Amino acid sequence: MARAARLYDLATVLRSKNAGPFELTLDVIFDDEESYQIVKRSGVINRELVCRLYRVRPEEVYHVVCFDAARAIKITIKRPVDSGGIGDTDVYGAQQHAPLIDVMIPIED
Amino acid sequence: MKEIKILSPCGLLGYGYPETSFRRGLEQCPDVIAVDAGSTDSGPYKLGAGMAIVSRQATRKDLLPILAGGHQRNIPVIIGSAGGAGARTHVDWSMEVIEEIVREERLSLEAAVIYADVDRGYLHQKLDENRIEPLGPVPELTHAAIDAALRIVGQMGCEPIIGALDQGAQLVVAGRAYDPAPFAALPIHRGFDPALALHLGKILECGALCATPGTTKDAILGYLRDDHFIVEALDDGRKCHPTSVAAHTLYEKDHPYLLQGPGFELDLSECAFEAHGENGVRVSGSRASATERYAVKLEGASQVAFRTIFIAGVRDPILIENIDEITRGVTDQIREDYRELPDSGYQILFHLYGKNAVMGRLEPLGEPGHEIGVVLEVVASTQELASAICARARSTMLHYPYPGRKSTAGNLAFLYSPSDIPCGPVYKFNVYHLVEVGDPCELFRTEYRKVR
Repeated sequence: MARAARLYDLATVLRSKNAGPFELTLDVIFDDEESYQIVKRSGVINRELVCRLYRVRPEEVYHVVCFDAARAIKITIKRPVDSGGIGDTDVYGAQQHAPLIDVMIPIED
Repeated sequence: MKEIKILSPCGLLGYGYPETSFRRGLEQCPDVIAVDAGSTDSGPYKLGAGMAIVSRQATRKDLLPILAGGHQRNIPVIIGSAGGAGARTHVDWSMEVIEEIVREERLSLEAAVIYADVDRGYLHQKLDENRIEPLGPVPELTHAAIDAALRIVGQMGCEPIIGALDQGAQLVVAGRAYDPAPFAALPIHRGFDPALALHLGKILECGALCATPGTTKDAILGYLRDDHFIVEALDDGRKCHPTSVAAHTLYEKDHPYLLQGPGFELDLSECAFEAHGENGVRVSGSRASATERYAVKLEGASQVAFRTIFIAGVRDPILIENIDEITRGVTDQIREDYRELPDSGYQILFHLYGKNAVMGRLEPLGEPGHEIGVVLEVVASTQELASAICARARSTMLHYPYPGRKSTAGNLAFLYSPSDIPCGPVYKFNVYHLVEVGDPCELFRTEYRKVR
């Protein structure tokens, strides 16, 4: 039977941060190669998922890239409000990773 | 073997560092001490208001061992993005602190001060020549935006710093600079591989954040050699792991392995991160290519409004159930009370901590906790108007009725008396663009001073 695991449990680092005042970047980093490969191969982390979770248009998702040397997946999107601008709720963008926490990754036996 | 050693005392000048780590770094006889003093992370107010990120006292505390240690051992000291945002006011503020230390410690230094403020006339002309483009999701630059910006700085690359080192400066105080530039300038000047120097600079500029446990409040040492570099934690309680250093490579950047800087693009896709000794990591394979045209990043901030807030708590369960209707009702009531003002003249923003203040409409979980922290924010064209509307919203919300109400004496637990806090001006990055330059140094003005 196919199992699934939360992204939050598989990842060693799950974080968000400004990439400049107008972009938000999300990093998912793994300590072990196996977890990284499970997530990478699952294809769950993709543009469509990011659009849905962060309510951005596809053209506002600038990157969804895997970086094997760091066992990392990086997502960069347009910030809903520029850092420190009127209506911004997270000046450093440091707590915007919550929507990724419960993303379920299928694990093949 | 050719080698150059770079000591980074901390991730941001004024954040602090343990004296023991710094001493240990000094004992390795570094070729340069470099430190980044700036960031755009805390938003546009520093540039707009001319304020610092850290206190004068904290800057002084961090600078003292750096200046004294550098002077004693004849090691050049390079400070990037001085004073936080790196405009003239920030650089001069930093120089005041430096001059104070130099006087008290009876030091004597050949200093180079590099200003990064950009002349408006120059920008108007560049705009007319179509040599300015947006950096990321920002509108095209206009002449009006150039005039509205309170300060505009350019982010220097290594070239102006190399120029100052070439003139024999022992202390370089640079205005707004590309974060890795203070670290990479001396190695590039001495003929080391720019790709490795810039990649190492990118890691060192955050202090020990690339170690485990990571922190910006500790020193770290980089050894740059012909075809690789090594980063080493200086505190016994920290280690650099291949994963932590690799992870740091992609920190705060839009792309994990393609990094743009002034005049170049770094490609780190082929990098190898390997453990080295007890607590070091060896990195090789960094590559860089010069961009076709040399562009300098511009940052400018303008003032857009004034803000007044109040902070209060809500604890009653029925009140919490009705919180959305209440905040909507309060906003409607204010619109009605101030119907002579256009809706665009002010904004009322509710931040409901414990419900969705951090993620707003992106919050995946719907249910609030047992209490809600309310920050009510009013932004308006003047401080007086922001405060007047905030006061009206406060009194309206305090006694706002809702169905099933049992706590009829008041809806808000105010944190302070007075409850309303005028926050002053609100700023915005209204210039965030690239300008194409003929010479990497043309935006920057270097002054040489003997400081004693």
